[in-house]
Amino acid sequence: MRRTRALLVLPVVATVGLTACGGSASDTAAGTASSSAGGDLSGTLTVFAAASLTGVFGNLGDQLMAAHPGLGVRFNFAGSSALATQLTQGAPADVFASANEEQMTVVTDAGLQAGDPAVFTGNVLEIAVPEGNPGGVTGLADFGDADLTLAVCAADVPCGAAAAAVFADAGITAQPDTEEEDVKAALTKVQLGEVDAALVYATDVRAAGSDVEGVPFPEAEQEVNDYPICVLEAAPNAEAAQAFVDLVESDAGRLALADAGFRAP
Amino acid sequence: MPLPLLLPALLAVAFLVLPLLGLVVRAPWSTIGPQLAQPEVGQALRLSLLSATLATGVSLVLGVPLAWVLARSRIRGRSVLRALVTVPLVLPPVVGGVALFLVIGRTGILGRPLYEHLGVTVPFTTTAVVIAETFVAMPFLVISVEGALRAADARFEDAAATLGADRWTTFRRVTLPLVAPGIAAGAVLCWARALGEFGATITFAGNFPGTTQTMPLAVYLALQRDPEAAIVLSLVLLAVSLATLLLLRDRWLGRGPGQGVPA
Repeated sequence: MRRTRALLVLPVVATVGLTACGGSASDTAAGTASSSAGGDLSGTLTVFAAASLTGVFGNLGDQLMAAHPGLGVRFNFAGSSALATQLTQGAPADVFASANEEQMTVVTDAGLQAGDPAVFTGNVLEIAVPEGNPGGVTGLADFGDADLTLAVCAADVPCGAAAAAVFADAGITAQPDTEEEDVKAALTKVQLGEVDAALVYATDVRAAGSDVEGVPFPEAEQEVNDYPICVLEAAPNAEAAQAFVDLVESDAGRLALADAGFRAP
Repeated sequence: MPLPLLLPALLAVAFLVLPLLGLVVRAPWSTIGPQLAQPEVGQALRLSLLSATLATGVSLVLGVPLAWVLARSRIRGRSVLRALVTVPLVLPPVVGGVALFLVIGRTGILGRPLYEHLGVTVPFTTTAVVIAETFVAMPFLVISVEGALRAADARFEDAAATLGADRWTTFRRVTLPLVAPGIAAGAVLCWARALGEFGATITFAGNFPGTTQTMPLAVYLALQRDPEAAIVLSLVLLAVSLATLLLLRDRWLGRGPGQGVPA
């Protein structure tokens, strides 16, 4: 229920955001477009992006479409490793943004990139607990408590790899009850109140709203996930792809990322 | 054979069989030994077989009586009841998983009192896997057995009644043996569906090796890390499914045409 409402609110927030900073944002988008390509962009742009980028990239896509009425932007948001698999299996896409370097390497090892990937932002982990913190979770050490019901991401996806790293750094043997297939699935279990805590990104806690509370922990700072982005070699719409990457790396893009709680690269 | 039937039929065969052939052709046969020897594979396979078998057991105990009620009793609203209990058959399993959360999750309608008074939580346990699989698979058994009951000759039951048997005795001694092949067919369908269950399981039971990570979940997660491992795991599931089908076909399903799966 909460999730549905959040999704309904999102486009409204996006529109408000656009009106609020409409002038500068479209100026930036138009500026980058003309500097990189010259002509106006059209057709469809397909962006494969990590699930944690859902909110920010959705807004940036709207900005790009507003600046180029002939352009349509489609997103495929999922766990970075699922996206990397889809790309190596031949899924057609213009841009790939991964939540860690490892999954970008899967794509570059297959020679699918048009240029070297660039790190455009970073993210740290945070503990998400249901409203009121029923399990009384105060820090990372609570993840070693077998009596609590705990969710982490599976080690195969970036948030799970980061979780394994912070547990190793802190010398904690985690006792999770479930290893979720991506970070949003882990967050959903918190929103449903089915787990006492989940280890997700700080940005997910911020995006989740009032039914989720965040418990930051100092160990998170040792494992910052770097997010690389690149245009793909087989991009059907390479011009628009470059314009989108430019927008993400522009001041407007950095501002949108910072607003959502992402770190500077 | 008329061509307008033959050609689409051949296409259908190709469509259904080629993907399976693809699995076999693309399998990394040279590394399959070490891949299979990994402890997670055996763990996931054991859990899958165990939970599918338990789910089939629960479905038999509850589903056969339900099929009897649907086929033989004269209660009002029977067709509504039938429609209701077969909804999980057409419902996307993920939706089933969410629905299970809302009822027997920790904050669910039944789950909350269970948790607050007894400290029992269902999600993220092997019990949750069995529940999710039973929810999705039991309708297959109910539909099969109901079909078999309808096809069975009710005069045998009448004869038993005239000889003085009560309805329970008639059910045990006459009806059950009569529809045994239908029950077997339904149980196989149910077991196979439970074995392949993914959506409701990953939603409601989560994913943890040894407790809730069944083979389909292992395949899905392996695909994100190592596609070759996913192919190997898929082959194992394919082999198990084929073996079950062949084994049971010889033992039970070959007997008595018209008493198998209803059309």
